[in-house]
Amino acid sequence: MSDKFVVEIISPDQKILKSEATEVTIPSFEGQMGILKDHIPLITFLRPGIISIKNSDEKKYFVEEGTVEFSKNNLLILSSSARDLSSMSKKFINEMLGQAESKLQESNLSDKEKYLVSYKINTLKEIN
Amino acid sequence: MPSLDDLKKRIKSVKSTQKITKAMKMVAAAKLRKAQESAEKGRPYSQKMQNIIFNLTKSINDPQNAPRLLVGTGQDKKYLCVVLTADRGLCGGFNSNICKLAKSNFKKILNEGKLLKIITVGSKGYDQIRREYGKYVIKKFSFKEKKNISFEEANIVGNEIISLFNQNEFDKCIIFYNNFKNVITQIPQAQQIIPAETKDIKKIDEVDFLYEFEPEEDEILEDLLPKNISTQVFKALLENAASEQGSRMTAMDNATRNAGDLVDKLTINYNRSRQASITKELIEIISGAESL
Repeated sequence: MSDKFVVEIISPDQKILKSEATEVTIPSFEGQMGILKDHIPLITFLRPGIISIKNSDEKKYFVEEGTVEFSKNNLLILSSSARDLSSMSKKFINEMLGQAESKLQESNLSDKEKYLVSYKINTLKEIN
Repeated sequence: MPSLDDLKKRIKSVKSTQKITKAMKMVAAAKLRKAQESAEKGRPYSQKMQNIIFNLTKSINDPQNAPRLLVGTGQDKKYLCVVLTADRGLCGGFNSNICKLAKSNFKKILNEGKLLKIITVGSKGYDQIRREYGKYVIKKFSFKEKKNISFEEANIVGNEIISLFNQNEFDKCIIFYNNFKNVITQIPQAQQIIPAETKDIKKIDEVDFLYEFEPEEDEILEDLLPKNISTQVFKALLENAASEQGSRMTAMDNATRNAGDLVDKLTINYNRSRQASITKELIEIISGAESL
C-alpha cells in the first residue's frame, strides 16, 4: 500500500497543481496542520502562510487565504492567491511586505484583519 | 435605374464592409478560443466551492443562527439586480438578450411592489437599461480597458455587493449573464446569489460521511460565503466573455455571408445594365447605318 494521496491546488483561473504527496502541511486558520493519508474528512480555511507538499521532493506555495477540503484521500485547496515559492522574486516579496506593513498601520483594522496581516508579514519575512 | 457608376460604387462599399466583418469574425474566433479556455479552467473552482458550501450547509442544525449571506435577511422586499453585459457592440443579440431577460425581471419585481436596485457591469448593458430603468441604477462598472478578465475585477464587484448587503440595502441579489453552451448557443440566465441557492447545486459525488470542521461551521461559512459571491461573479464574467466572442463570431459570419450575397446580386445587376447599354448603343448604330 502506498502512503500517498492526491493533492490539488485550484485558483479561480486555473489548476495550479495536481500531484501525489505523502505529507502536506497547511497554514490552517488555527495553526499549522499536517495532513497524511487517511486523514478524516475535514473542511477548514487558511491564513497567510506556506503550504508545503512532500513527495519525493518538496514543493512550497505561498498563500494568503483559501479553503481546504479533505475527503477520500483527496486534498483540495481553493485559493485565489497561491504562488509557487520558487517563482517569487526577492523584489516582489519586499513589495508585498511593504504593502502589508503599511496596512498594519491603518487604525480601522479589526482584530481578525490584524491577525491575518501580521501572519502575512511573518511569513514573508521568513521566506525573504 | 441606378447608373453604372453608382452600382460600381455600391459593390465596392459592400465589399469593404465584407472585409471588415470577415476580419472581425477572425478576431472573435481567436479570442473565443482563449475565452472558452479560461471559462473552462474557471469551472472547477466555482464548482468545488459550491460543493464545499453544500457540504457545510448540510451539517448546519440551527438555521436561525446561520450566516445571513446563506439564509438571507428573512425578508423579501428589496432586490438587487446585477446585469453583466459586454463593453462592445456588434455581437448579435448578446447584449439585448441579457437586457431583455433582466427587464422582464425588473418589471415583475416592480409589479409586486418591491424595491429595485440595479448594478450594471459593462457599458452596453447600461446604455440599454438607462432608458427605462435609469433611476434605479445605483452603480455601474466597466472593465473596458482590461484585456482579460481576472479575479480582481470580480472581487471589486463582489465586494461592492457584500458591502451593500451589510448595509441592509437589499434582501435578495440576482445576477444576469449569458451562459456559454457552445459557439452558436448562449443562454441568458438569472441566478440568485444572495441568499445562496443550494438546491440546484450539482453534487459531484454523494458524501455520506460527516466532515470535521476547524474552526466551527459558522466561522468557515463566514469566510467562505463572501468569497463565493466573488467566485460566482467571476464565473459569470468568464461565461459572458466566452459568450460574447461566440455571439460576435456567429453574427459576423452571418454578416459576411449576407454581404457576399449582396455583392453577387449587385454584380448581376451591374452586368445586366452594362449589357443593356451596349445592346442599346449597337441598335442605335445599326439603325443609324440602315437609314443611310
